[in-house]
Amino acid sequence: MDNKDNSKQTSKVNSAGKIFLQELFGGQKGRKGESRRASRALLIPALAILSGLIAGGIIIILTTEEVYTAGSILGSLAAAGRAVGEAYLALFTGSIGDPVRIVTALQSGDGLAIRRAFNPFFESLVAATPYIFAGLAVALGFRTGLFNIGAEGQIFVGAIFAAFVGYSVKGLPAIIHIPLALLAGALGGAIWGFIPGWLKAKTGGHEVINTIMLNYIAFRLSDWLLTGPMKRPDSFNPISPTIEKSAMLPRFFENPIRFHLGFFIALFVAWLVYWFLFKTKWGFDLRTVGANPHAARYAGMNIVTSTVLAMSLSGALAGLAGTNEVLGLNHNLAMAFSSGYGFDSIALALLGKSHPLGVVLAALLFGTLRNGATRMQLTAGIPIDIIAVLQAMILAFIAAPAIIRTIYRLRQPEEEEEGVTVRGWGG
Amino acid sequence: MAPNSATLDIQLTSPRRQRVMGVVFLLFAAAIWLLFSRNVPSGQTTTFVMTPGGFQSSFPDWKLPSLATLNILAFASAFLGAFQLVRARGFGRRTNQALALVVGFFIFGFLVWAAAGKSMNLAGLLNGTLSKAVPLTLGALSGVLCERAGVVNIAIEGMMLSGAMMGTIVGSLTHNLWLGLLGAVLTGMLLSWVHAVLSIKYKINQIVSGTVINIFSTGITSYISAKFLQEYQELNNPGIFPPWEIPLLSKIPFIGHIVFANNMFVYAMFIFLIVIHVALFYTRWGLRLRSVGEHPKAADTLGINVFKTRYMAVLLGGMMAGFAGGYFTLGSVGRFDEVMTAGRGFISLAAMIFGNWMPFGAFGAGLLFGFADSLASKSAILGVQIPSQFMLMAPYVATMIVLAGVVGRGQMPAADGTPYEKESV
Repeated sequence: MDNKDNSKQTSKVNSAGKIFLQELFGGQKGRKGESRRASRALLIPALAILSGLIAGGIIIILTTEEVYTAGSILGSLAAAGRAVGEAYLALFTGSIGDPVRIVTALQSGDGLAIRRAFNPFFESLVAATPYIFAGLAVALGFRTGLFNIGAEGQIFVGAIFAAFVGYSVKGLPAIIHIPLALLAGALGGAIWGFIPGWLKAKTGGHEVINTIMLNYIAFRLSDWLLTGPMKRPDSFNPISPTIEKSAMLPRFFENPIRFHLGFFIALFVAWLVYWFLFKTKWGFDLRTVGANPHAARYAGMNIVTSTVLAMSLSGALAGLAGTNEVLGLNHNLAMAFSSGYGFDSIALALLGKSHPLGVVLAALLFGTLRNGATRMQLTAGIPIDIIAVLQAMILAFIAAPAIIRTIYRLRQPEEEEEGVTVRGWGG
Repeated sequence: MAPNSATLDIQLTSPRRQRVMGVVFLLFAAAIWLLFSRNVPSGQTTTFVMTPGGFQSSFPDWKLPSLATLNILAFASAFLGAFQLVRARGFGRRTNQALALVVGFFIFGFLVWAAAGKSMNLAGLLNGTLSKAVPLTLGALSGVLCERAGVVNIAIEGMMLSGAMMGTIVGSLTHNLWLGLLGAVLTGMLLSWVHAVLSIKYKINQIVSGTVINIFSTGITSYISAKFLQEYQELNNPGIFPPWEIPLLSKIPFIGHIVFANNMFVYAMFIFLIVIHVALFYTRWGLRLRSVGEHPKAADTLGINVFKTRYMAVLLGGMMAGFAGGYFTLGSVGRFDEVMTAGRGFISLAAMIFGNWMPFGAFGAGLLFGFADSLASKSAILGVQIPSQFMLMAPYVATMIVLAGVVGRGQMPAADGTPYEKESV
């Protein structure tokens, strides 16, 4: 049943893909300009990713001891090459899969071996799923001129709500329990987004500060809940009870592949966000408020409603990211389970140009990197934190295309580049 | 959307706000009575120890009858509330001072209640408050320097973290704490230079640029820590600055042991506070810096180099944040742990806003936040029923309330966060 649903969803997303692309590259229908425009729109992100990988390689070289102890320049160069090669090879095989292993596994015909060989690829999709949700959250904020730096806190609150509904409600069939838990998670995130949105609209308090504060309030709150009311009765660790079987998102394959329904829900939600932003009056209002609040006000749009709505929706999306982790992967809530999805998603939304399709692609990239880095840590001894460095670099290059243009000696484009429209503290 | 100062006055002394404040005072009074007074059996005494641990007692303990004290506090708060409601316009422009007094009563009431029948080391609590306020205040000073010149700095956290790590490494390698501190300061400066180039030269969104630095710092410090510091302990053992007792001053009863027997960072904080306050508000240099943050175009017209001034302010701010980072490793813990700043850079940012972009305001906020932190760890020892997490939340909630304009809107630099675009002739 699930499989049928999913194929339907994917085909829907595919058919919408063309429209996505048009929107992403400026929405111009002209046939000739389109391909040039498309290649240019992709050029800067591609170069940014490349530069990020190069910068990461430099850091790996600088922190490899053999480079310094090799004795000769040639020896150092060889050591440097080995270190980078080994690291990025591990990154590749850890995130996409090892071709040799896949072939031998397929030849052997052993189900478990095949699943193991394909597992890295599916793990990347699993890692990309929360990124899709969180990236959409930040992107929706950007489109409305709001900087939701609080995705991290909203992820937490969403996860708290989802976990609570997941383990406390008993005896429901999965077809009701799963949507209920998903809605609860979205609601939790939405509440955590509503607060800064309302404060921004009513008092002008800047959402960046308020969302940062709410991040820490959410951390403390989950800290308290997990050591108190939501603590698993038989455990010494701060961890919630395991959620009911009926609330777990179904997985498509047997162990060890953890690929679950959440990925397709994420794609569907991405399509929903796209439809909402670009095909409905509400979305038009939001984008207008984001692009030019003064014009929006003169056009009679309600800025208060738009701000509150945008922040609530953004929070709901981030809440779904946490929900997805609880219902699909961990099946419980533990302390510090999110580990930076909220902040990474800022980089991701900018990389995806705050467009749902772009966000999905960027999320796939980040998920791949994150998953591959686990392998890199195991086999090449490169700490997984190098990924944060890569992401920071990519973010810097994306945000300042002028740097990329200087490095690669590209020409200045004729038209203005779309920047992030977020105003200062004043609002 | 932002009201100008005339409407601000009207808002602050509006009859509705006055009434609301009166009710708030009464609520505090009720809270003191219901939460604290009624839960204390009569006849108990609260003992406040007035000498921090580790010193010879130089000042007698302060014994208070718990119930009577609490009743007096509740009554005083109720009186202030009644006065505010009954008298036309209430306390008028002094309402905020009255609010501070009532909140102070509440906190003191909490202490009296928590330590009823027991003894609490008040001096130790205050000493903890001060040392926890140091990194927050230094970080907030970094924010003040940057934002007074019109550059938003949410990268304090990242600069602190990198500074903390570099301070450890340099300090351990050279066996010299001062060189370690220099390393921390220079690291902060390097990162702030990146922030400056990205946000002033390339004019990218300052919050994005700050986020870049935060993500980068978290990544690179954890990377180096995992790859080297955990393996080679000799890289991660710089020692800490010893406490210096200042002659004479440390002999002042009560205050002497709390303030003048700390390590170098506490004194440095006071010096920086005074120097930056004077420099910003009483020198030509400071006037220029602030003019760039308020109205860069006007400053440019008068011949002030906006870009140069902003670069300088951001670099100084970065050095300050690096110094604050040095506190974590060289001033308090003596080793680097992954993500050890634990969001204190963001609390610094909150302290800066809370303190209305003023150095001493930031210090006040730093003390308040440090107090909450210190109290949270103390109350666990006393066995108070309130979970410590809620006390740790208080600073964040308080910042949001302040930001919402409940206590009056802050006067932030007008051009804060906007890149300056020089008009071509």
